[in-house]
Amino acid sequence: MKGFILSFRSEFYKSRKTAGFWGAILLPFFVSLMALLIFYFKSEKFITMPAMMLWVQFALVALGLMGTLLLPMYTIFVAYSVNNVEHKADTWKTLFSLPISRWSVYGAKFAYAVFLVLLCLTLFVLFTITFGNLLSVLKPELKFNTYHLEWELTQVYFKLFLSSLGILSIQFLMSLLWSDFIKPMGVGFILTIVGVTAASKGWEYSYAFPYAHPMVALTTMFKNKKGPAQDIVIDVFTKDVFVAVAVSAVVFVVGYFIVQRKSVK
Amino acid sequence: MVIRTEGLSFSFGSQQVVKSLSLQVPEGSIYGFLGPNGAGKTTTIKMLLNLLQTDEGSIFVFEKELQTNRIAILSEIGSLIEQPAIYAHMSGRENLLNRAMLLGVKDARVDEMLALVKLTNAAGKKAGQYSLGMKQRLGIALALLSDPKLLILDEPTNGLDPNGIIEIRELLVRLTRDHNKTVFISSHLLAEIERMATHVGIINNGELLFQGSVKDLEAISQPQVYVETDNTVDAANLLKRNNYEVVDINHENLTVPFTSKKQMGEINALLNQNGITVFAINKQHKDLENLFLAITKSN
Repeated sequence: MKGFILSFRSEFYKSRKTAGFWGAILLPFFVSLMALLIFYFKSEKFITMPAMMLWVQFALVALGLMGTLLLPMYTIFVAYSVNNVEHKADTWKTLFSLPISRWSVYGAKFAYAVFLVLLCLTLFVLFTITFGNLLSVLKPELKFNTYHLEWELTQVYFKLFLSSLGILSIQFLMSLLWSDFIKPMGVGFILTIVGVTAASKGWEYSYAFPYAHPMVALTTMFKNKKGPAQDIVIDVFTKDVFVAVAVSAVVFVVGYFIVQRKSVK
Repeated sequence: MVIRTEGLSFSFGSQQVVKSLSLQVPEGSIYGFLGPNGAGKTTTIKMLLNLLQTDEGSIFVFEKELQTNRIAILSEIGSLIEQPAIYAHMSGRENLLNRAMLLGVKDARVDEMLALVKLTNAAGKKAGQYSLGMKQRLGIALALLSDPKLLILDEPTNGLDPNGIIEIRELLVRLTRDHNKTVFISSHLLAEIERMATHVGIINNGELLFQGSVKDLEAISQPQVYVETDNTVDAANLLKRNNYEVVDINHENLTVPFTSKKQMGEINALLNQNGITVFAINKQHKDLENLFLAITKSN
């Protein structure tokens, strides 16, 4: 366990100055800022909306982007980034000749990739809430302060987080085994496009395909779709989310056995 | 024995690159692992660090079996394999601090290591901007960071200038002599190994051709005295009349088997006293190729 914690801290220390880490902060900041600017400069379009719809519309700017292409692409990038640090510096051989178990080195790296995705999505929640409330100060006619979406938003992003784990584990393994940029990224993008297409066409088995999960997660998030919604009830644990978590667990374990047996070049 | 292997073999696919290697590295030695490029040196080193799984044979480090005592053994080893593995986006100090964190070593040790390899002034610079020699020195600092009992260094003087090579050599001698460390160092340069090693293993095409002390090696490698004079033929005749064996002679120079430094002085004096001007006289080593021939013959 000590080796795992040391390795995790080291992952943070190494990534502090890389795009993988800063992406987790800057991506939610700029997407949320974009939503803020849209609502600030086009406030007349939203003034008539009830506060709940206002929040939903505001949150959907980021959610729409994340649910379709941005979350899968960011996940692919994170998986690439944490492994590329070692490929680029040719440091796998030193990592695996440290007096730390292979399990800790591998587990901490995967955990750190999971952490980066979680950090990014948490910041989406925080920036959305903060910027929404900021808007009600800057433009008092936008009544953001009269409704609270914090809990629902947290649930939605948590659902998105879980739905990204399948992609993350597959991409993580590919990026670990392939030292070049093109293969994991190329395969990842193609599968993402397939996934987004499958989910948007409402293919009945898209819940079983990891690369479709973020988008499926958004379409399955409302518990009751019938009738005018007075309150929003979020369904976090849907079939697709269970598949995503299960896929990530299986791929993680398979990956461990591959790393255990792998010769380090 | 600090390192002991028995019948160690490794293949990449159908190509066997290490063949039934039995190494014996005594404590406190500088063991020179000598061989041309592609002989299987790096592959052997990677097996010693458990980076490659052995096909056959066993490895004992500190008299403990490697597979079953992996972490205990690795915690006593510092290593530098091929070109140093350094994070280019971090400074030299950050590279060391990161490793110190992983090894549970105090940060103060980082500054000691920087001073030891003379990188204190460049510690804040990004390691990606270091010269090859500086990277190599940082790699050595990383290997020494945990104060390991055994250092495994793969061609550590690659890319260093002559001063850097001398510094590394002196450092390694000091570590073994004053701190009872053991150093396992690979090289493709015979002269380099002869200057610092106490023990030598010679590998070619994955096979161990020779293993023993440096004295044993000298008996086989037979250094030569190289003499350049204004009249090679007269010089050769004069030496022969005085019971020296002249092994090679051409227009430019002649060579005599080396026995001692004193003998070199005597040759010089003899030639001078008989009116032959000596332009150069020095001890020369066989190159690896000729050494292999000599070993094969002596076997």
